[in-house]
Amino acid sequence: MSPTTTSAAGDRRLGVPKTHKLFIGGAFPRSESGRTYEVTTSRGAFAANVAQGSRKDVRDAVRAARAAQSGWAGATAYNRGQVLYRVAELMEGRRAQFEADVAAGEGMSAARASAVVSAAIDRWVWYAGWADKIAQVAGNANPVAGPFFNISSPEPTGVAGVLAPQASSLLGLVSVLAPAVVSGNTAVVLASQERPLPAVALAEVLATSDVPGGVVNLLTGRTAELAPPLAAHQDVNALDLAGAVGAENVTWGELEAAAADSLKRVRRPAAEVEPDWTAEQSLRGILAYTETKTVWHPKGT
Amino acid sequence: MVFEYAPAPESRSVVSFDSSYGLFIDGEFTDGAGTTMKTINPATEEVLSEVSVAGEEDVDRAVAAARKAFEKVWSRTPGSERAKYLYRIARILAERSREFAVAETLNNGKPIRESRDVDVPLASAYFFYYAGWADKLDHAGFGPAPRPHGVVGQVIPWNFPLLMLSWKIAPALATGNTVVIKPAETTPLTALLFADVLRQAGLPPGVVNILTGAGPTGAALVAHRGVDKIAFTGSTAVGKGIARAIAGTRKVATLELGGKAANIVFDDAPIDQTVEGIVNGIFFNQGQVCCAGSRLLVQENIHDELVERLKVRLGTLRVGDPMDKNTDVGAINSAAQLQRITDLVQAGEDEGAIRWSLDCGIPTNGFWFRPTLFTGVSQSHRIAQEEIFGPVLSVITFRTPAEAVAKANNTPYGLSAGIWTEKGSRILWMADQLRAGVVWANTFNKFDPTSPFGGYKESGYGREGGRHGLGPYLVEGTTR
Repeated sequence: MSPTTTSAAGDRRLGVPKTHKLFIGGAFPRSESGRTYEVTTSRGAFAANVAQGSRKDVRDAVRAARAAQSGWAGATAYNRGQVLYRVAELMEGRRAQFEADVAAGEGMSAARASAVVSAAIDRWVWYAGWADKIAQVAGNANPVAGPFFNISSPEPTGVAGVLAPQASSLLGLVSVLAPAVVSGNTAVVLASQERPLPAVALAEVLATSDVPGGVVNLLTGRTAELAPPLAAHQDVNALDLAGAVGAENVTWGELEAAAADSLKRVRRPAAEVEPDWTAEQSLRGILAYTETKTVWHPKGT
Repeated sequence: MVFEYAPAPESRSVVSFDSSYGLFIDGEFTDGAGTTMKTINPATEEVLSEVSVAGEEDVDRAVAAARKAFEKVWSRTPGSERAKYLYRIARILAERSREFAVAETLNNGKPIRESRDVDVPLASAYFFYYAGWADKLDHAGFGPAPRPHGVVGQVIPWNFPLLMLSWKIAPALATGNTVVIKPAETTPLTALLFADVLRQAGLPPGVVNILTGAGPTGAALVAHRGVDKIAFTGSTAVGKGIARAIAGTRKVATLELGGKAANIVFDDAPIDQTVEGIVNGIFFNQGQVCCAGSRLLVQENIHDELVERLKVRLGTLRVGDPMDKNTDVGAINSAAQLQRITDLVQAGEDEGAIRWSLDCGIPTNGFWFRPTLFTGVSQSHRIAQEEIFGPVLSVITFRTPAEAVAKANNTPYGLSAGIWTEKGSRILWMADQLRAGVVWANTFNKFDPTSPFGGYKESGYGREGGRHGLGPYLVEGTTR
């Protein structure tokens, strides 16, 4: 986000920087706390002031996610697939901004950042395609020993709390967000604390895409402040702890213990270092946020 | 003219218990380092045997035996060979089914009709089903060459002692894990007899280890550093404790916890079948079933008729000696459980619900509770919210399908639900809306080895049974 630009004619003009806000229920509020914090580039230069979300913002985001959940889960799988695919379309149209934010925040060359943005877009496409296939791969008929129809299918768990990865601020974020929402969950996402700008840009893409308001809610702020109330929230059903790795003053085991009180489905970090987010994804990411429902009915004439 | 039933007692002589049992570790019974406890017949309070209370030292030994068996033997045993051990176990259980049914009824208090027709045949069937998976795991949908966790710690409840043992051990062994299992404090005997089945099957020592004891033994097993995976069936409170205890570790858990199922009856339901389904839903196993249909949601316009028919049907239930083949409702499993049921029923009366209990004689010894139903129950009553785990039905009314869904889902639990209506589209719509892991439509309390079982929300996570039941026993075998 360059503060100045140079026109074709060579005139320098002062840029108009963006005010970075939270994304809750499809709207862009400031933090109710009125706080912001300074984000820098990987080289330490000023990048932006972003909203510093509070516990109250977490609660508001959970409420928005809950309100949106049954509608999103009730959409047809075909529709959810199209909605996710459209996110990829819109990201493609704004890739210059994503590339600039990723390059500045993660300290990458333009070429590397471009590859990362491509991978993030392609990841939406990959997950979009899963929407109407999850039930076919993870569900099945059960040949019970009696005259009954019996079928098991996956359903969304509900509201997912997602700690987005700290280092991989765009590709990592998409890699934990898309599998949560593709099956019909809604999400409250805590963006990377030090590199939140791609998440804010993604929120703007989501707001102008076909994703219904409240399906994805994105908070910026201190992970150590926002993660505990999210982990302990009684109306959150699942928790992804990817972003606990490398977060300052955060221990994933403590968050998991807080989540135990409401028996949240917890997706632990696979290791104490961030994984290679460019690696091939698996269906497990999606199934971590699903429940298997089995329905019986007698057969007869 | 009414004919009285003549007693038809099952023979006690088909089973003999030792006067005391040690702990089954590394293929043999050994003395425990701790104390012992008596185990009784809850229908008579007669002492059946004395069993060891395993302490931390015993848990250490059992886990070490399971680890050694995993590394030296079981992980090197091909799936096709593991399968044959499981098939043997299934067959031996079937051959010895009468003995196991009698033992189960004596130690649990459930009617012999149920242990004979449900518990033991199903236990054998679960082994038979999972046997066939052992050499087909590459095809189960969990990626190529799925791996076992290693040593599994399993803690099971007292309501279906042998059946829960089979739900736990069969998929664990099929997937190549070794096991340390703790049967419930009050019902250890069929698990101890099962050790003899393992001997007859020739299962290598240490592959299955059986530790008797109470809560602290289970807690020590869950906390043990040598255990890679936990499978627990029991209360939600204990389940939460387990989730907390393993937080921050690499140990994973399957938790099958409490329930407060809604059994929802619409005005077009086939009434006679529905009445049978309701009775089976809440009085099967004295209501001591996590998926019991303990909340009857009935459409308002048929409430009075349905309740009257229920009372007539309940009048025909025979309550008493579990060993009598005519008995429908047996003994409550323990004094503690009876106290819990009694307290919650008292709360129901105190909060203003209307109690009706079957007018029948009950034995003077043992633990008994008459089949009971409450009408005039509101959503906020404790008997509508808390799991009673006894033969007590709470009747609640609704007017529209949407109201039925809202009331059915208004609970932290989400294990099972029932729907009774002749309208197919309504069944499918309701089944979609209900937040429960098992939905029975125009039937209830059906179980099958091929059919996954497990809860939503605070009824726990992970599935047991079916292809889905393999996942939790495989590394990266996520299924919820």
